[in-house]
This record gives sequence, C-alpha cells and structure tokens, in this order.
Amino acid sequence: MTQERTAPHATGAFVEDPDAPEYSAYGGDWSEIADEAARLAQQRIVVNMGPQHPSTHGVLRVMLEIEGEVVTETRAGIGYLHTGIEKNMEYRTWTQGVTFCTRMDYVASMSQELVYCLGIEKLLGITDDVPERASVLRVLMAELTRIGSHLVAIGTGGNEMGATTVMTTAFIGREDTFRVIEMITGLRTNNAYIRPGGVAIDAPEGAVEAIRAMIPLVRQRLDELADLQLANPIFKGRLQGVANLDLAGCMALGITGPILRSAGLPYDVRKSDPYCGYETYDFQVPTSTEADAYSRVVLRLEECYESLKIIEQCADRLEASVGQPVMVADKKIAWPAQLTVGADGQGNSLDHIRHIMGESMESLIHHFKLVTEGFKVPAGQVYQAIEGPKGLLGVHLVSDGGTKPWRAHFRDPGFNNLQALSILTEGGQVADVVVAIATIDMVLGGVDR
Amino acid sequence: MSESQDLTGTGAAQGGPQPGERETITLINVREGMFGARGDTSGYDLLVKPVQMPGASERPYGEWFDGVVDVLEELLGERAEAAIEHVVVDRGELTLHIAREHLLEVCSYLRDDQDLRFEMCLGVSGVHYPADAGRELHAVYPMQSITHNRRLRLEVAVGDADPHIPSIVSVYPMNNWHERETWDFFGIVFDGHPSLARIEMPDDWVGHPQRKDYPLGGIPVEYKGAEIPSPDNRRQYR
Repeated sequence: MTQERTAPHATGAFVEDPDAPEYSAYGGDWSEIADEAARLAQQRIVVNMGPQHPSTHGVLRVMLEIEGEVVTETRAGIGYLHTGIEKNMEYRTWTQGVTFCTRMDYVASMSQELVYCLGIEKLLGITDDVPERASVLRVLMAELTRIGSHLVAIGTGGNEMGATTVMTTAFIGREDTFRVIEMITGLRTNNAYIRPGGVAIDAPEGAVEAIRAMIPLVRQRLDELADLQLANPIFKGRLQGVANLDLAGCMALGITGPILRSAGLPYDVRKSDPYCGYETYDFQVPTSTEADAYSRVVLRLEECYESLKIIEQCADRLEASVGQPVMVADKKIAWPAQLTVGADGQGNSLDHIRHIMGESMESLIHHFKLVTEGFKVPAGQVYQAIEGPKGLLGVHLVSDGGTKPWRAHFRDPGFNNLQALSILTEGGQVADVVVAIATIDMVLGGVDR
Repeated sequence: MSESQDLTGTGAAQGGPQPGERETITLINVREGMFGARGDTSGYDLLVKPVQMPGASERPYGEWFDGVVDVLEELLGERAEAAIEHVVVDRGELTLHIAREHLLEVCSYLRDDQDLRFEMCLGVSGVHYPADAGRELHAVYPMQSITHNRRLRLEVAVGDADPHIPSIVSVYPMNNWHERETWDFFGIVFDGHPSLARIEMPDDWVGHPQRKDYPLGGIPVEYKGAEIPSPDNRRQYR
C-alpha cells in the first residue's frame, strides 16, 4: 500500500549545512540571540514562527528566511490540527456528520453545516422541498456567522498589531450575535443546528425581538471599529500597501472571498449561484481595487453591514412565517423529534417522548430506525458551494446508497487561500508577515480538518 | 485504458445492468447482507448487491452541457474520443471522465478557450473505490467558470497498482496544496508536481489514511460497566 518514494519533506530544512547554528527563542532573550548572530556575522537567518505562536491563528508553522528585516522566502507548514474529520464522517450517519463538519472552521461553524446539508439535499433531490422558514433560519444563521467570523478576523488582526481594544470591541460585537444564535440553537458555536431537510428546532418565542434588539448593538460595535481603525495613522501605516495581491495573482491561486473582492472582482456565490433564496434578499457585494490588507478590513466591515441588512429582512420573514414547518415533510428523512430544554439540559421534547413511549409503537420504531440507522441516500456524487465568510466553501459528497457518506471532502477557503502566504510576504518586512496572516483570515481547524 | 474498460464491464456484469439503463462506469461498493452486520440469522446474509454510480448519459445532455462538450471535442479533434471517456449528467451536474494522458490538455483548453473559460479549479478530491478493479482511485476536480457562471467536474480514474496522474499545477497553480493533500490521503502520485510532499500528515507517516482499507482507529470505551467499541468496530447499518 505504501509507495517507496524518496518523498520531499514539507518541513525539511532550508539549509543543507548541518553545522548551521540553531537558537530557540522563548521571549526576552532576543538580544542574546542577536548578539550571537552578530558575533558570527550571519546575515541570512531562518526563523520558525509557530506552530504555537499567538499571531498564527492557532497552529500554523511559518518558516521564514530573512535577511535583516526583509523576508526572502516564506513557507507555511500546516497539519498540526488535522483531526481526520472527513474520515470520521464516513463512519457516521449523514445526520451525525453535521456535528463533525461544524467543528472544522470553528469560527464559522454554521457555514459548514449549511454547505454539507445543501449537498445532502442535492443528493436526495429534495432541495426544493426544504420549507421556506427553514431557509430563512439558515440564511439568518449564515449571516450571523459571517459577522462573527469577520469580527474575529478584524479583532485578532488588530490584537496582533498591538491594538487590544480592537479585539475586545470586536469580541463584544461577536458575543451579541452569539446571544441570538444561542437563543435559537441552544449553543454558541458548534451548533449542529442546520440538519439535512431543514433545521433542528424552530426559533423560540421572542427570537424576532432579540434579533431586532441585536442589530443596533452590532452596528454600534462596527461603527466603533471603523472609528478606531480606518483613519488611524498607525493602522494605515501598517496595512496600506501591505500584503498586496492583484487580480491576476488571485485568479492564479484560486483566491475567493474578501481577498478576491479587494482586487476588484465582485464574485460572491450568494449572487452568482444563489442558494436558500439569497436571490430574494436585498444586499450588495462590496468591492475595492486597492488589493491590500487595509482594503480587506474595510471590505469585511462593509460586508458585516450588508449582513445586518439581510438579518433585518430575515427577522421580517420570520415574523411573517410563525408556525410554519422548519423540516421537510418527508418522514423518512425528517428528524423525528423536536428539541427542547429540560431540567437536565437540551434533549428531545417531552411531548415526543410521551408519544413514542406511551401512544404509538410505530412511531417508536420509526424514531429508533431513523436515529440509529439513519436515512439512505441514493448513490451518486454532488458538489455544492456556498459563500463562506472566508471565501468559496465547497463540499464534494459521494454516496454509495447507504446511510453514511462514502466520501465527504470540504474545500475550505482558508486552505486554498493560505497558499498565497508566500506571495503576500516575500520581499516585505518581518512585521508584515503578521498582517498578511491576519488578512488571509484562515482558521487552522478548517485548513487541517 | 482497454484493461480498465474490461474491468468496468465485469463490474457491470456483476450488477446485472437492466435493459434500457445507462452504461455503468464506476462500481462504488459491493454490499453483502441486508443489514451490514455479518452473521445475522435473517437469511439475507448471502445477499450480494453491487452499487453503481449513475452511468453515462446520452445526448442531448441539456442546459449548457452540450455546448461545452462540443467545444471541448472540437478542440481535442481526433483525440476527443480517447480523452473524454464518458459524459455523465446527474442531479443537474456535468461530470467528464477524462483519460489521464489527456488531462493536462483538457485542463488547458478548459482554462484558456473563451467559450469554456473555467478560470478556477476548486481543488482535487480523492475517492477510493476498492471494489472498482483497475480503477480504484479516482481524482475529482471541480471546475468553476466565473465568466460563464458554470461548474463542471472532471474525474480521472487510475488503478491502485499504478496510481499516477499528471499534475495540473502548471495550468492551475491553485491546485498545488490540493494535490499534496490528495497524495497524502490517497497515495495518488501527481507527476510533475513541483514538490509533492505530505501536507496534513507528518513527513514520515506510513500509509494513506483516507483509503478505505486504512482503519479509522480508536479504542473501546467503558461506560457504566458496558464496553462501547471504537466507531469502526461498531455494528454498521450500511
């Protein structure tokens, strides 16, 4: 099974010289290392940044070859957070898979649930049967997630440059979106809320009011972030003209999302290939032609405002569709029980338990079959793409006609976009590497899966 | 490719293709028994049922599919027959099965021709079909045209014994890491890749974890006196 190859090493040394001096930096000892390097008169230094470095958004290893302050070569080493999610999904039912894929890019959980469930529905051929209220709830969740993800991108990006207030402000705004998400789904992240055929549970009473109350709070945080950053001379000095990638570079590297739009191409899957009824919502796709890190921060902020517009429309539609179903009518696919919150936490609704345990043997059998065995999906393969916060998020699903995926492969936009790190950083300053990583806005959980 | 054609035929013969059905291409799996668990007493234990991918489609393919296949055939000229093995339209999606010798040429046409203009390759997804003799490893390339707002899929099948596919990084540089990932997880060797190193697993890892014969791993867990087997050893309802 294993091929005997002299495989090239991804993490191999830059330098062939075995006698090259090595230093481990733990912080605070920089002057000693610099003195030693000066003593040896070495100009060319290879720096390993990460995999445990606060500015690498998790566990990314960046290998930098520097001459003075200038980066001459950059390599990214990934895989430190590989958890075999795709492999694991092959051993669980289609429905259980939702709980796995939601944990990939944990900052944009719901986007992955959405693309996965849309893929399953395409395989099943029930795309048009998903109730409208379920689609509205999905759009609501996708947009709340988009705001959360962009706020993390902006906030951690600011923090890495030393602006802690930017981070705290962004995280307060994100927490406001989480309150609504928690009220509806029961959880802040890793929700497993979007399920094949609909969503796990209808929005509770008061949800529309909570959404409407959240919008001005988040808008205020966005305003604050804009006021704090966009005219700030230090911020502009650090970001303007840094990490440039023009349209040709974006197309060659398959970049999507805010980075592509910052280069001037208004490509957004929500507009070009609408799903969940996005064509019926009124929103704009902001673009820029600056193609630098600064313009991407501006774009992310503008996208958050557009998402708030969509969320407003979702609130209106939720108000108008109270009482409508949130799961397909087909009992062979729809999860049999609604969830409820009991004294011991979230679980099946007591009415449902009473029904299957006390009233209907057939319902009990049906519940048991669907929950343990799952539903069968006709053999075939599909590709589904949505606009995730970080770019085009795709899923390739293969079914062998059984109750489990034969193969589930996700195209995480961060995985693809991280390939641009070299071109974004080489020739620039070491300090700009941090800006470049922040502007790519990948999450290593999604990159490594 | 004649060998793989034969083997595909064998797969189809096992399945007993119903008259009027589409020509089968990929044997996904052979199911045994009715319930997934071996040794049940129902009498259905001896059931053997091959599962096929949706087979080749006949013209007209519908939507914009005919036009794209026409353009591609015209560009390939006399090589079209050998290059495009099958055309499958399923669930509103177009799949072109491409012979690996012609993959690079097909890709450059897809990218460069103004009527095709698939600017982006959205990666390569490996799929392992151990039952599909001679064509065990499939590489699936989703292609995205932003100009025409279209998406199609290229599929290249190779045998386990000779898992070589030309790298398309020279045409689609964005596929660099994606090909490394598919090499890492499936052991498909992308010839001509600038540096086909493992990407997710450690450099010295043995084996290719996403293959079907590679165990998921895990240990049994004791819970209140009962032992719960690891996920891949549990009773499977397939």
